Amino acid sequence: MTTTSGTFDVARIREDFPLLKQTVKGKPLVYLDNAATSQKPQAVIDALVRYYTTENANVHRGVHTLSQLATDEYEAARSKVRQFINAAADHELIYVRGTTEGINLVAQTFGRQQVGPGDEIIISGMEHHSNIVPWQILCEEKGARLRVVPINDYGELLVDEYEKLLSPRTRLVSIVHQSNALGTINPMGTIIELAHSRGVPVLVDGAQSVPHMTIDVQKMGCDFFVFSGHKLFGPTGIGILYGKAEYLNAMPPYQSGGEMIRSVTFEKTTYNVLPHKFEAGTPNIAGAIGLGAAIDYLNDLGMARINTYEKELLDYGTERLSRIEGLKIIGTAREKGGILSFILGDIHPHDIGTILDTQGIAIRTGHHCAQPVMQRFGIPATARASLAFYNTRAEIDSLVEGIDRVLEVFS
Amino acid sequence: MSDLTDLYQEILLEHNSKPRNCRKLDDATNSAEGYNPMCGDQYTLYLKLDGGVIEDIGFQGAGCAISKASASMLTQQIKGRTVEQAESLFHEVHRMLTDPGTVVDSDLLDELETLSGVSAYPTRIKCAILVWHTLLAALEGRQEVVATE
Repeated sequence: MTTTSGTFDVARIREDFPLLKQTVKGKPLVYLDNAATSQKPQAVIDALVRYYTTENANVHRGVHTLSQLATDEYEAARSKVRQFINAAADHELIYVRGTTEGINLVAQTFGRQQVGPGDEIIISGMEHHSNIVPWQILCEEKGARLRVVPINDYGELLVDEYEKLLSPRTRLVSIVHQSNALGTINPMGTIIELAHSRGVPVLVDGAQSVPHMTIDVQKMGCDFFVFSGHKLFGPTGIGILYGKAEYLNAMPPYQSGGEMIRSVTFEKTTYNVLPHKFEAGTPNIAGAIGLGAAIDYLNDLGMARINTYEKELLDYGTERLSRIEGLKIIGTAREKGGILSFILGDIHPHDIGTILDTQGIAIRTGHHCAQPVMQRFGIPATARASLAFYNTRAEIDSLVEGIDRVLEVFS
Repeated sequence: MSDLTDLYQEILLEHNSKPRNCRKLDDATNSAEGYNPMCGDQYTLYLKLDGGVIEDIGFQGAGCAISKASASMLTQQIKGRTVEQAESLFHEVHRMLTDPGTVVDSDLLDELETLSGVSAYPTRIKCAILVWHTLLAALEGRQEVVATE
């Protein structure tokens, strides 16, 4: 199957993903919940099995062969991440559990250190709860103010309003790159430029963007960038916080204990250098190695080709869904990723989801951890289909048939 | 395999589109609210009790088809019954929803038996059972908002 993006043999690619062969309620699985988590290629599964079969040992501390092997694999994966997002140095990548932990880390270290009474933090009206609540808690603790950039009815950030919010009291801007609820891709270049012109650092939530486009953190200019491995076709329980060394070095430690220290006495303890300063305890070694394997797999395919294919699929999906009477797509930004959030008359999204489930179709329904977004659009929930590069036009067709069935049931 | 008609039966869909007793009672003696924030299902139940009998019952709110049909059917089956009968009905409905394949008291349940298909969809049980827990809260005069998530 070729597309205008060149030879993107999606049928062959699907062979790499064993779970896609599953059946659900007797029907072939149509997995359209990639924004929640992605499926894993055999290469990632093999890397995990290989690690536990032949390489497993604790990292950084041992002198025996196996521990050196595990350490090499673990650190090699970190290098792979550096190259994947074009960070300047390996030590600017911190392994965390996921995007949520990454943001909490920055809030509790950089945030606690830099934010004081009367200071301000800017987020947007389309954020996931993980990029809202840590800042709310910080602001409450410090007597600071959370400012929210409004969005328009298309789900686009109002950049003029953002500029107005930047003030001498702003200590951090924390904005999502691609919205999980709406699909909107924000103009990070502009957002970061405007913040930097006022000496304000920017954290970018890349959870939904990094699986679908080429990321270059140096070019983007962000000061922090966070993402989750499990959305990037890697294992759960692993993620990355990228931070410019100047910031990470200045930040106090997050979790403390083993690994993140240089020396410990009961009188005084000194901390380790980056990245280990922020990696206390035994890490998710297998997870990191699995993440490295996912990145290898994606590099083979090429993120640019993946991006082109998904854009075409999104266009096809948008076109087909738009033709369904009574269906309204929520999130119609000009710059959008492969997310189709919709409502269907007054049929509750959970009923849509359950009926689609009986057809083997997996979508997500609810507020998508973005209750403020739902409130902005005056709806309790949406049904959301989210695409990845192993989805096909035939699967979009199945989704449409499934929605027709929903309408039949409720007619 | 699973057939849609097990869950979204005609009767359920009918109750969803034309819910019974969908009104506030101005002379309510008891009331309670049920709200599942993840789902968005939210209902207020109004009861008029007199001498241990539920003389009148109404509900207001919004939510998924399963929760609304359950609310509508609840009001239809509970109206005119005693508090003890209402509590028995709660237990029978609860058993039907959480114990797939169990033999139920069809006479007692009447149309409520159409909810039995929900037991095959564990993630939706909370939708069907919300108003029933809300009913208990109303009967017991409990003030806190009920949730089944």
